[in-house]
Amino acid sequence: MMVAIAEIAERTEGNDNVLKIRNLSTHYFSRRGVLKAVDRVSMDLKKQEFVGIVGESGCGKSTLAFSIMRLIQPPGKIVEGEILFNGKDLLKLKDEEMRKVRGKEIGMVFQDPMTSLDPLEKIGDQIVETIQMHEDIGKNEALEKAMKLLESVGLPGDRVNYYPHQLSGGQRQRVMIALAIALNPTLLIADEPTTALDVIVQEKIMEILQNMKEEGRSIILITHDFSLAAEKSDRIVIMYAGWIVEMGDSSKLVKEPMHPYTEGLLESVPDIWLQKKIKTMPGFPPDLINPPSGCKFHPRCPHAMEVCKREEPPLIGVNERLVKCWLYK
Amino acid sequence: MEILKVENLKKYFPVQKSFIEVLFSKELEFIRAVDRINFSVEEGEILSLVGESGCGKTTVGRMLVGLEEPTDGKIIFKNKDLTSLRGEERRAMHRYLQIIFQDPYASLNPKMKIGDHLMDPLLIHGIASNNEAKKMAIEMLERVGLVPAEQFFNRLPYQLSGGQRQRVAIARAMVLKPEFVVADEPVSMIDVSLRAAILNLLLSFKEEYRLSMLFITHDLSVARLVGDRIAVMYLGKIVEIGGVDEVIHEPKHPYTAALLSAVPSFEKRDLRIDIKGDVANPRSPPPGCRYHPRCPFARRECREIEPDLVGDTHKVACHYPLEIRVD
Amino acid sequence: MKGIGDTMEVKNLATRIFRPIIPEAEGRNMVIAGLIIVIVILLMAILADLIAPYNPTKLAGRPLSPPSLENPMGTDNLGRDILSRVIHGSRIVLVVVFSAAIVSMSIGVPIGLISGYFGGKLDRAISMIMDSMYAFPSLILAIAIAAVLGPSVVNAVVAISVVYVPTYFRMVRGQTLSLKSRLFVEAARAAGAGNTRIMSRYIFPNLVTTAIVVFSLSIADAILTEAGLSFLGFIVTAPTPDWGFDLSSGRPYLPSGYWWMITFPGFMVMLLALGFALIGEGLSEVYAPGRER
Repeated sequence: MMVAIAEIAERTEGNDNVLKIRNLSTHYFSRRGVLKAVDRVSMDLKKQEFVGIVGESGCGKSTLAFSIMRLIQPPGKIVEGEILFNGKDLLKLKDEEMRKVRGKEIGMVFQDPMTSLDPLEKIGDQIVETIQMHEDIGKNEALEKAMKLLESVGLPGDRVNYYPHQLSGGQRQRVMIALAIALNPTLLIADEPTTALDVIVQEKIMEILQNMKEEGRSIILITHDFSLAAEKSDRIVIMYAGWIVEMGDSSKLVKEPMHPYTEGLLESVPDIWLQKKIKTMPGFPPDLINPPSGCKFHPRCPHAMEVCKREEPPLIGVNERLVKCWLYK
Repeated sequence: MEILKVENLKKYFPVQKSFIEVLFSKELEFIRAVDRINFSVEEGEILSLVGESGCGKTTVGRMLVGLEEPTDGKIIFKNKDLTSLRGEERRAMHRYLQIIFQDPYASLNPKMKIGDHLMDPLLIHGIASNNEAKKMAIEMLERVGLVPAEQFFNRLPYQLSGGQRQRVAIARAMVLKPEFVVADEPVSMIDVSLRAAILNLLLSFKEEYRLSMLFITHDLSVARLVGDRIAVMYLGKIVEIGGVDEVIHEPKHPYTAALLSAVPSFEKRDLRIDIKGDVANPRSPPPGCRYHPRCPFARRECREIEPDLVGDTHKVACHYPLEIRVD
Repeated sequence: MKGIGDTMEVKNLATRIFRPIIPEAEGRNMVIAGLIIVIVILLMAILADLIAPYNPTKLAGRPLSPPSLENPMGTDNLGRDILSRVIHGSRIVLVVVFSAAIVSMSIGVPIGLISGYFGGKLDRAISMIMDSMYAFPSLILAIAIAAVLGPSVVNAVVAISVVYVPTYFRMVRGQTLSLKSRLFVEAARAAGAGNTRIMSRYIFPNLVTTAIVVFSLSIADAILTEAGLSFLGFIVTAPTPDWGFDLSSGRPYLPSGYWWMITFPGFMVMLLALGFALIGEGLSEVYAPGRER
């Protein structure tokens, strides 16, 4: 059954959508030309939903996250679109207002915790500072809150007296999560939070993220690890070359991938419990300054047709799934 | 036939000390990166060496190819103890023993043409004349899928993507037709959609050359895919070693089981085996079994006596090995 | 608008000429400006006989006459044309600094490479000698050496070469230390490459850009040292034209208001040094670490 996008949008409309991204484009301007890192992307996020955005390096997934936070630095620029967060368009806010949204309403966890932690300050003080920037409470009260926060991410409260270098990578990432949720934001964006960490630590961090979800927050997990996203998130968004090429319910998407890229990715990832040979995906990720014509995936696609070379495929709704591919027209 | 045998291999790194520490304490401290490990690899076999960062797996690989001098122990390769060879004799062994590094961006000389990277090993070992070497290099570039090979031959590394560079690194290792290759996390820095191609390429060489390999990785899924056997390392020790299916489906060491339950998968299995805290400091590993502070099953014996790696084909270093089966 | 278009044209021309040599990057314009200065002065030295209006050692007008149409830079106390002396004077300084830089580079680079690569006691001994030489102000050291050897162009080359060996040594040794632990060097070692091969094929090519940068910067500095030595009479004797030497012959006349005798040679010394400094600084930006080439 085929449904128009508008209809799908209609269906989800009125649902408690925390975040609505419409037609968002973020470009980078370089000597060589314009790089369309995020190219007319639309997606929604419901309250208390855990969404995994999956893609390879350079597909635009991190740029999307930074765009939501409005942390894009020149030569990058958000060139069009809307980011509606609880009804207000973040792109229309003044810088001052946006600063209040960051941390207080949307928290973000980065890949490398060491770059966001001040090495010369005790982690307790850093959390206290963040809290006091937005809330008018005393130092002792804030410190008590900081200890509670650390406990909520599985660290002993006395770690407030530690400096970042005294902690392991996993512990630092926990501190980062504590910092991100210090002001109790309703949306938490985690950009490759466990890429530098070992699997056991990764599992613990994911548990924390899931607890955050149980507490009522919405989570966006950005990762290159398809199986991790499949395992942890309710819904998966697959990005390729700045486009969202497929999105839908995690378990269904993994069981029945529709987009040829999703299918190829699934077949090329080794899995510990599934006995299978892995298939090589042909070709290379495209140069985004001179992307292929029509569908940006067509040079690597086993099902490519004439129309794919000429025209950009529309985002097509099939049941509860959205897929950007001519095969389903 | 065993092609490689490692006996009681040990690598201690002296800890860099601050000036004050040197003044007030005379005792030298060591990081016990690799602490008396034993394993062997059969001809035509891939042994996957798995462990978390800092467990010593990379140091093992570096010792095999002579980039690190072992503190103690033997590396017996083709019936010769590599640790007793020096200079010219040791270097000649590199013809049969090669390595592929993790970082394809740092492992190629930025000022040297791709072709020269492949010709150099042939010229070093006097295997081919200049013209022959060039021909072999071009054939090898074609073999690893860098076509048109003549064009790639003349390029510089910066003109290649990460995936292409890793193919060059593989080609450089394979051009000597080695009998043993150490592959140190060869796909962990490669884009997800290109990993399968690199892994399949490595496996195709295994078939073609009857190559033996030590495949070092932190990713159990990859270890399972390429390996015939798996060895699991923890804090400088091998804690479990055995056939791929034995280790994955019948893990005996609680650490292996904990790793298995943490690996992300499209069909997750929950082994319900917990792990506590963080990895200990390799400067002062815990007494007894090194894993005991994190082990949910630890008893008194575990805190006092270090377990040996025992067993027939499936060996484990644990006083109370698990008896479970995961399907 | 036309004027702006014209300068754009010139800039484009320069860009077109130099593009194949210098990669497009920050610092490139500095290199181009420096190259233009140096090339113009080089041409001036090569074509001196053709472009100089007078014989630089013969009478060309009334002594000490100010700049005029006949003598654009005026004449000196012996009535010689200063413009012609400035043009011819570029020859010795260029010969001296180029030969000196080449000599010190061909000594400093290999010693730095070997010392850094092998390390150990030899490295420590060499480093100590080089560091103590480096600690001397370059002009003082050059004067000391030149004074021992006696005044001549060849001796000046020797004196200046010795002064700049430690500069190359330190840069090359430092780079070698970091390069020898890089992964691609380990890869070569794992392929069975010996020390000679690793140094010549894996480390040395990666030192070349640094060596070129140091070459330009040390020439810029050596120009000042040469002028200093020449000023003190350690290089040429009258009537040979040389900027530094002419500065010293013009100095006694400055208090009486004859400014042109020292202004023009002095300006040329500064300009030439600036040219090489621009090339060096620009190149070090073009090849800044992190850039692949």
